[in-house]
Amino acid sequence: MNHDTRVVIGMSGGVDSSVAALLLKQQGYDVVGIFMKNWDDTDEFGVCTATEDFEDVVRVCNQLDIPYYAVNFEKQYWDKVFTYFLDEYKAGRTPNPDVMCNKEIKFKAFMDHALSLGADYVATGHYARVREQKGRFELLRGIDDNKDQTYFLNQLTEDVLSKVMFPLGHLPKSEVRKIAKENDLATATKKDSTGICFIGERNFKAFLSEYLPAQPGEMQTLDGVVKGRHDGLMYYTIGQRQGLGIGGAGDPWFVVGKNIAKNILYVEQGYSNKKLFSDALTATDVNWIQSDKINEVFTCTAKFRYRQDDSPVTVTLLDNNQVHVVFKESQRAITPGQAVVFYDGEICLGGGTIDKIFKRECQLDYVG
Amino acid sequence: MEHIYLDHAATTPVHPQVLKRMCEVEKETFGNPSSVHAFGRKARQLVDSARSHIAKRMGANEKEIIFTSGGTEADNLALVGVARANRDKGNHIIVTAQEHHAVLHTAEALEKEGFRVTYVPVDRQGKIAVEDVMDALTSETILVSVMYVNNETGIIQPIQEIAEQMQHHQAYLHTDAVQAFGLLAIDVRELGVDLLTVSAHKINGPKGIGLLYTNKDVQLQSLQYGGEQERKRRAGTEDVARIVGFEKAVELAVEHRIERVEQYQALKQQFINGLQEQDIAFQINGDEQNTVASIVNISFPNTAVEALLTNLDLDGVAASSGSACTAGSVEPSHVLTAMYGSGDEHTTNSVRFSFGLANTPENIQTATKRVAKSVTRLTQSIR
Repeated sequence: MNHDTRVVIGMSGGVDSSVAALLLKQQGYDVVGIFMKNWDDTDEFGVCTATEDFEDVVRVCNQLDIPYYAVNFEKQYWDKVFTYFLDEYKAGRTPNPDVMCNKEIKFKAFMDHALSLGADYVATGHYARVREQKGRFELLRGIDDNKDQTYFLNQLTEDVLSKVMFPLGHLPKSEVRKIAKENDLATATKKDSTGICFIGERNFKAFLSEYLPAQPGEMQTLDGVVKGRHDGLMYYTIGQRQGLGIGGAGDPWFVVGKNIAKNILYVEQGYSNKKLFSDALTATDVNWIQSDKINEVFTCTAKFRYRQDDSPVTVTLLDNNQVHVVFKESQRAITPGQAVVFYDGEICLGGGTIDKIFKRECQLDYVG
Repeated sequence: MEHIYLDHAATTPVHPQVLKRMCEVEKETFGNPSSVHAFGRKARQLVDSARSHIAKRMGANEKEIIFTSGGTEADNLALVGVARANRDKGNHIIVTAQEHHAVLHTAEALEKEGFRVTYVPVDRQGKIAVEDVMDALTSETILVSVMYVNNETGIIQPIQEIAEQMQHHQAYLHTDAVQAFGLLAIDVRELGVDLLTVSAHKINGPKGIGLLYTNKDVQLQSLQYGGEQERKRRAGTEDVARIVGFEKAVELAVEHRIERVEQYQALKQQFINGLQEQDIAFQINGDEQNTVASIVNISFPNTAVEALLTNLDLDGVAASSGSACTAGSVEPSHVLTAMYGSGDEHTTNSVRFSFGLANTPENIQTATKRVAKSVTRLTQSIR
């Protein structure tokens, strides 16, 4: 019986986790709502957005008549997610804190906390599905292609998935909004959060400069022609067009790479400039959700960015949880530090962190 | 599942006699005590007689009682009111590191107004040393504020000794007696304090009402501007029903003090004995012999307080720790941090249990089993 099954759900104060909690409650589970406080953004007047979000959690939980609590993971978040985030920027890469947050906080620290509360399952409002077959657990894409969040869940293990529920995985976002409105949930019309959670709506550049010293330097073409100045390499990512401040005649300019040692930002002209394209990569820290089902060499599809269409690839396993990935068609603006995530149809196989980029079997050193 | 309330230091259930009295007054007397007609006089009479009865039961004169909206307002009035009215005598204030936030945050606000504040430390047993308070006194000191009983540990502080030794010093002595009143015999003259805070809802009275005893010699500046209520020291129409409820709660607390103390002490001892019978590790924080009957603060090694309190609540036991901070999460207790030092494990694995009217030997027995279950679950899951 569902009422004997305790499901602890992570609630952010947003519409997705609110509806997820509602659906679990409707299914008769013993639902417990928990708000995670991962970041101290208290301003000089003692106001923090986390307080407002928590108040929304309280409103929704009162509507659903479920108990709610808060838990503080500020230290774990700082140590495991934010430190990684800064280290990656220092190394000239573009980190993906959401992937790390899911791996280290939501599906580790939070899951441990939930289990210590007697949880049988842990739920979140992610758009993804878990499929159980003969005692094995698979991660499937959410059915709303536009909202599918398996890209961010690529580091989850099968053991974790065996204790996870994603109540929204079978719903399109529009349906989630509709359910929220029909049930008059306090968060029904709340705007979706955008950007990286701890930065929120603030200016990204200003935020980063509080933690990392910006070192302005030269903007050059790969041939060494100086095109201007940059504000600090960490503010730029591969393929970026905005904010370069170089215009003039001809095609627009794009970031194609970084030289950390010399503090140079490489730029080239034209969206389809060939310097932006590559045909293979290696990835590190690769996680396979069902590693026993992965061959030494195999073909599948991959995403190199969130919300990108899948591309066919050939994957070769290397030592130390690394892989070599060859693209069937060359790809634009592959970015070190971002995740590469592998799929077999609707199944998310796992993923890793993009490390090196290749073209015709030569590493593209200039990418950074 | 019966939810068992072990959080009487946070607030207490209203005593049925208090509730009855309040309902009568709320029904029958709606007049404004300041009005010069029959309705007003009827209300005024209730307020005056409550003031007089409460004053008598704490050895005070009725003119020395200022009704406030509760303990927090009384503490604010004591600190800010004395500080601002006595600036000409000095700008130094002494409080202790383990005061309630109603005192601590007020002291911090006064620092921003230019006052100098000394925060007297507390020892590992949860006690303030009289010498430390004396050593902190200077010719500039105008106010000393030391709580009578700490709200988290229940440890009784040496207020009478401090008062005796401060006798010839210009500084006024304030004590927040919110957790002491009703459990310790309080006579303000014998105790020797100049100001003393009491809250009704900690003694089975209503929320939203408290008082500040202010010795007639104390110079005090009002914090509120408005009418001339409370001898111009606290503007605002009196809440007659709450004041009368407070009166009833004080009457019951003082008259039945000894029997309540014995009862709460027995419940607490039963709880501690019950935990000892279960196979779990725990230590009592602070000097047990120097603690009020109703409070015990317990450290459970290898647990985390947030998970423990959540577990307890899900298992139907209401207890607390420290104070809730932003966004509902629990901060390490400033009281235990003052006792044990920042980062000490006691500050993150301790829970306060407090006993009272909502408890019976039967529900205490059930509670010990539930606590043991939660602690066991956590120590096993954390490993």
